[in-house]
Parts: sequence; structure tokens; C-alpha cells
Amino acid sequence: MFEIFGIPSTALFGQLLIGLINGSFYALLSLGLAVIFGMLNIINFSHGAQYMMGAFAAYLILQYSGLGYWPALIIAPILVGITGILVERFFLQWLYKLDHLYGLLLTFGLALIFEGVARNYFGSAGLPYTVPDSLRGGLNLGFMFLPNYRAWVVAASLVVCFGTWFVIERTRLGAYLRAATENPTLVRAFGINVPRMITLTYGFGVALAAFAGVMAAPIYNVSPQMGAELIIVVFAVVVIGGMGSILGAIVTGFGLGVIEGLTKVFFPEASNTVIFVIMAIVLLVRPAGLFGRRA
Amino acid sequence: MRRFMGLAALAAVLACGGANAQQVNVKIGVLSDMSSLYADIGGPGSVAAAKMAIADFTKDHPNVKVELISGDHQNKPDIGSQIANQWFDVDKVDLIIDTPNSGVALAVSQVANQKNKIFIVSGAAASDLTGPKCNANTIHWTYDTWMLANGTGTAIVKTGGDSWFFLTSDYAFGHALERDTMAAVEKAGGKVLGKVRHPLNTNDFSSFLLQAQSSKAKVIGLANAGGDTINSIKQAAEFGIVKGGQSLAGLLVFASDVAALGLPTAQGLILTETWYWDMNDANRAWTKRWQQERQGKWPTMIHAGVYSGITHYLKAAVALKGNVSDGKAVVAQMKSMPTDDPLFGKGTIRPDGRKVHPAYLLEVKKPSDSKYPGDFYNVRATIPADQAFRPLKEGNCPLVSG
Repeated sequence: MFEIFGIPSTALFGQLLIGLINGSFYALLSLGLAVIFGMLNIINFSHGAQYMMGAFAAYLILQYSGLGYWPALIIAPILVGITGILVERFFLQWLYKLDHLYGLLLTFGLALIFEGVARNYFGSAGLPYTVPDSLRGGLNLGFMFLPNYRAWVVAASLVVCFGTWFVIERTRLGAYLRAATENPTLVRAFGINVPRMITLTYGFGVALAAFAGVMAAPIYNVSPQMGAELIIVVFAVVVIGGMGSILGAIVTGFGLGVIEGLTKVFFPEASNTVIFVIMAIVLLVRPAGLFGRRA
Repeated sequence: MRRFMGLAALAAVLACGGANAQQVNVKIGVLSDMSSLYADIGGPGSVAAAKMAIADFTKDHPNVKVELISGDHQNKPDIGSQIANQWFDVDKVDLIIDTPNSGVALAVSQVANQKNKIFIVSGAAASDLTGPKCNANTIHWTYDTWMLANGTGTAIVKTGGDSWFFLTSDYAFGHALERDTMAAVEKAGGKVLGKVRHPLNTNDFSSFLLQAQSSKAKVIGLANAGGDTINSIKQAAEFGIVKGGQSLAGLLVFASDVAALGLPTAQGLILTETWYWDMNDANRAWTKRWQQERQGKWPTMIHAGVYSGITHYLKAAVALKGNVSDGKAVVAQMKSMPTDDPLFGKGTIRPDGRKVHPAYLLEVKKPSDSKYPGDFYNVRATIPADQAFRPLKEGNCPLVSG
């Protein structure tokens, strides 16, 4: 066994893998943010609250209909996505022509309301939710014990992330979307219902957040403030990747997860600041982010 | 003239009646975390407990009038001391109570001392409040880090858990809990193999747990609280830590945390508390009343401490005939009277401000043994009051050493 900076290499491999797992949450969440910002020009500050709503929806589905993790993984994102569509129809659609700041303030206010309502009804300590039976246990990789659930998280996140990237960057539907962002009037002239497409895009972005929420429920504490804690980090991820860049969000999500994981080994006290240090450096060197196009 | 005499006599009778039961007016502020990770262990539940204490006391003492206000310190020491300053100076608050988060409690304790008012700590844990940072205006009521360390730490070393690794929350409370537990473990003959300090409100503990796992320590001590403890335990179960032969010691676990974890995840966990709702009939009756305001929740020892603390404060205020403006005098009065209330029974307050009562070593039940909602613990041992808290001389409190 050899050592790297005084840490046994086996321990280091373990930490790298864990970083990758956490990175998959960052990637899933920043992906939704990037889609919403790229297509709607809205900085969706309620993303953390919508992630929380996904986890709460999974809990409520279990309590009231007895349906477990797998059905919840489909139903919860649909339900929360519908609330997203309502938000877009009632509020956001009036803001597209205004400064970014208005969308940011509106969604921030909504996030506070969602979290306040959840706290009022469920308290702040959290709700129990367990790993589904089919994913219990784990695999001994020699250098670490990999719980089956974490392996599933990485796999599912990779599939969803690259699926989304493929749809937006490589299909006709994605081409319509990107065109509608560039020039909505022209795209409308081709007979495409742009407002409906934008509404559904927001619903999809919100559903992605809820999906991440359901994925998180078995391993993280399901509490009203679970999203507020994560969302700031995820915003830093999006800024580092380049606002609105989908590939950037995915790659930096996974990458920063790994960097954060390594910080937890070498200097654990700094593990919640390291991402912001990187953000500051990236903004100094490349203000548009690593994958962003210069405006 | 006769009529005048009659009125005078009546006035004299009234005046005498007034002298027998002097009017006592006090104002109490519950300063707590109302909206974040500690809101369920203190927060609105503490306000409910305060209301109950006031209602119970004024029923027997109609001459006592209590005004109650509450505030949210958001877990920030600067906001906490700002609210305390305003309450003492502008709102004329006589007593601040509760205040989870040791960082905030240490700041508010200073303010209470400067303004010569009273601060009863139920929510915060750092034993420094009655150690080097003690003062004549602060009483530490419910529990502290030394008591948790001594209760849980010593008990686990005695049952064979003699090598430890700590996951520590990186602020005043975590440091104090880690320090006190290390001392208790080493005193009982165990050793500490390592520790890692994580930021407050950490989401993912897998990296820290992996470090703990590779340390090969028999016991992983969780020197954290609230959401951090819940996340640690949830993820330790996932990573097969307990199945792999290591055990977890929750150094500060509340009934609300056990409810959030669920018994399947929390079972077997050993912890120390000074009050458990299901311990006796008096506690159960009190809990039933408390739940009228906090439906579906379980009261913690912090809530019980708020009730008990306010009850004792009001007794002292009556004994002083309502002269409560000199905080040090009121605290001295509280220390001179033995405490007695339905929740903690009989107890005393020491010169360093430490309220002493028994502590209980508890074990979380298996799901199959839990018969009704809230049936969380088996009581494994009772630690008598004179052994539950740090000996007076070892605290380095300036009030004691002079």
C-alpha cells in the first residue's frame, strides 16, 4: 500500500468515489438550474425548496397511499413539476422581459413561503424515510464499502444528466427550445407554441429538482431547510460551470463533488468553503464560467 | 361622617390585603431558534412550555402578572445579543430563557451580566457556561456537555467501548462536548484514536464516516446535534458502520431527533437525558397538555427545563415581593431556595449557576418493543444528581474559586 500526502491510497480512492456520489446531487440540481436559466432567463432561487418538496412528497406518498420509493421516484417529480407549471403560469411569465433581479426575488420569496409552510406543518427536526429494501446492503470494493443505494444514485444521476443534455443539444425538440430562447418571435412564426414550450421547460426543471429530492430522502435528513443548505453550493456550481451551460453544470457538478470530498480528508473544516474559493478564482480568471459563452 | 368612616375602614382592609399579597409584575422573553435546525428541540415548543409554567403559577398566585415575549436568534451570536440588548433596555424584560446554540448562549450570558438581568439557559449545552465563563446572572438549567459526556461516555467505556473516534461540530458546543467526552473516556480507561471536525449544518457525512471507519475505533462519538446528528446516524446505517462492528454514541440526541430518524434506524443508540416524557405519570400528564399546542410533537428535556426554570424564577420573584430589578439578587435568591416542580422533582442550584438533578442513561427501543407513538426509550440507568454534573471545584468558575 502506498501513501499520498500521508493518506493511504485506498482511503483516497474511497474519498474520490464519495466525492463523485455527492457530485451527482450537485449535478442533478445544477442541471435543473442551468436548464431554467438557459431557456427562461430566470434565476430559480426556489430550486432548493422544490428539491425539499420532492423529498416531502415522497414521504407523504408513503404515508397516505403506502406507495414506496420506486413509485415515488416517478410520482413526486410529476406532482412537484405541476406546482412548478402553476408558478410559471401565474407569476414567472410576467417577468421574462424584466431584469433578472425580479425573477430572483420572486423565486426567493416563493422559496421562503414553501419552507415556512413545510416548517409549520412538519416542524424542523425532519421526517423519517428509509432506503428501499431492494437497494439495502452494499458491495465491498476492497478499498471501501459501497452501499448499493449510493451506486444507484450515481448511475441514475448520470443517465438523467446525459439524457437531458442529449435532448437539449442533439434533438429537434432541443433545437426548437434553443431557437425559442434566441428569438421567440421568429420561432412562433414557424407555428410553434413558444409560451407552452417555456412553461413545460420550467415544469421539467422543477421536476428535476424534485427527482433529486426523492433520491436524497433515504440518505439525508428530510427537513424543511434541507434545500436552503444545498442551494447556495449548487448556485456556486452553476456559476463556476457557466450560467445556462448544461454540459458545464454537469461536469462541474461532478468535479466539485470530488474536490469537496478531497477537502474533507485534508482539511475538513474548510469543506463548506472550498467551493466558494474556487468560484472566486474562476470568476476572476474566466468571468463567464468554465463552460460559459461570453455575453 | 359615618359613611366616611366606613370607606376609610374599607380602604384600610384593602390596603392590608394588598400588603399580604403584593402585586408582582415580571416580563419574560423566550429567546430561541424559531426557524432552523434547533427549532424543534427548543423554539415554539419552549414558548408553549413557558405559557404553561406561567398559567400554572398565576393560578395559585393571582397577584403575579407575567408578560411573555419571544424572539428568533437565527443561530447567530450577534443577532442573539442584539435582541437581548433590546429586550433588557427597551422592552424591560427581566428574564431571558432557553436559547439553544452555545455560541449564542455565551453571548447572551455576557449581556445579562452587563445589564444585571437574568439568563436561564435550558437549550444550550456548553459546560463553559458554569465553567470559566460563568457569572452571577446566569443559571444553566437542564443539561450540559460534561453531563452528556459523563453519562454516555463513561457508560460506553464500561461496557467495552474503549477506543473512540469523534465526529465534531466545528463550533463552541461541539468543541466543549468533544473535550468533555475525551476527558470522560480517558478517565474511564479508554483512549481516543482520532477526530474530525465538520462545519455546522453538513449534509453529507459519508466522507467523515469513512475516516471514522478506517480508524478502527470501536466507538464513533457524535459530538454534534440536531440535523447533523440525524444525518450522521442515517448515513452510518447506510455505510454498514454498525453492522461492521463499530458502534455509534449519540452524545446529544433528543426525542425529536429519534422521531425524525425513526426507530428502525435509531434502535440501540445509547444517550443521556435529564428528562423523558414517558418516565412517570406527572411527565405524561404534562406532555398531554403541551401537545394541545404542539400537536404530533414530543417535548424534549429543553422544553421541560423552560417550564421548570420559569416556575422557580416566579417563586423567587414572589419571595422578593416583586423586587426583581436587581438580577444578581434574584439569582442569589433562586440559589438559596431548593427547587421543586412536577417535572424534575427536588433539586438545587449551585453557586456556579449549575442546576443539579438526576440524569438518565437511555437506549432507543427496537421497533418491535415500541408499543405506542413516542415510546422511544428503555431507561438503562439513573445517574444520581450529585454524580450527574461536573464537581463544583473542577469547573474553574471564578464565582467559586473567588
